[in-house]
Amino acid sequence: MSYLTDLKRAVGHGSAREGTMRHWAMTKSSVALLILTPLFIFTFGPMLGEPHDEVLAYFSRPFPAIVAGLMIVVGFMHFKTGIQMVIEDYMHGLAREYTIIATTCLSYAAAAVGVFALARMAL
Amino acid sequence: MVQFNLPKNSTIRTGKTWPKPDGATNVRKVNIYRWNPDDGENPRVDTYFVDMDTCGPMVLDILIKIKNEIDPTLTFRRSCREGICGSCAMNIGGVKSRGINTLACIYGHDEIEGDIAIYPLPHMPVIKDLIPDLTHFYAQHASIMPWLETKTNRPAKEWKQSIEDRKKLDGLYECVMCASCSTSCPSYWWNGDRYLGPAALLHAYRWIIDSRDEATGERLDELEDPFKLYRCHTIMNCAKTCPKGLNPAKAIAEIKKMMVERVV
Repeated sequence: MSYLTDLKRAVGHGSAREGTMRHWAMTKSSVALLILTPLFIFTFGPMLGEPHDEVLAYFSRPFPAIVAGLMIVVGFMHFKTGIQMVIEDYMHGLAREYTIIATTCLSYAAAAVGVFALARMAL
Repeated sequence: MVQFNLPKNSTIRTGKTWPKPDGATNVRKVNIYRWNPDDGENPRVDTYFVDMDTCGPMVLDILIKIKNEIDPTLTFRRSCREGICGSCAMNIGGVKSRGINTLACIYGHDEIEGDIAIYPLPHMPVIKDLIPDLTHFYAQHASIMPWLETKTNRPAKEWKQSIEDRKKLDGLYECVMCASCSTSCPSYWWNGDRYLGPAALLHAYRWIIDSRDEATGERLDELEDPFKLYRCHTIMNCAKTCPKGLNPAKAIAEIKKMMVERVV
């Protein structure tokens, strides 16, 4: 049996004094993706199914390589924050914390692999 | 993990079907959620047949008629009967229309097609039948300091406010704390222990933009939290369901805007 008052229960641990920067970061990356996604589709799309050498030559050009690089980095950072929000919505307790750690690692790893692959093609 | 199914002792069973009124020609079928904490039974849905020729126009009139003439054990809150006290908020719907959280006293039963279904406000602990436990909801409202906070010495007569500044409170002060909005919000369903919900945040904004209040910074500080404020994903159920026609989602968006203005 707990003798916590209703107000104590409602206030909990108080304010985290955090959240606005994450909200602002999500807003910024959303706007960036709004521009990057069509650019990525129009630069990456034509290379689907093309011969290996031609793709290598294409991504050694600055514009497609930079667009693809930005798309990978911004996209996965947006994914990291977005999936954290989803996890916070639907999971509770320790599972929430472990899943956030796992998805954060996955996001950074995926971004790193993408950038490495692109660098190998471009350089 | 979020629980998508009701636990075994909360699954709703078919309840008693009460007899039709003798000699009535204009009868309507009403299904009502029933649960009594004292009998140890699962919740059930009882079916009543109400003579509409001798019933008032609102859903609350149906409930009062059932309690007076058919089943005195039916339990629900009501007081003002004109949408001011917010006591009779419940989930009301029909077979053909989806349920909506609203005030039974200002919701006409002619707006519902087919049989009528009445449930307590969703995702709240039930005290009995149609009465939800709003203790935590009220405590969350208290936590946002719903009063004027000032540091300047009290003026001799009154805190003055211009007509333009007073107008900013329109669409906010009318909230009657019926909890229809908060209990229609999926974010509040899943994280109601930490997320303040649309009603408390609408009230928070009401005091933040009050020109006489001097605790704007402290109020924003208290709300800056991934759960207290930022669980709102602009789903807009709150604005859709509000029986007073208010828009808590807009108030929340305004708070977020003020938060960003502080850091950018």
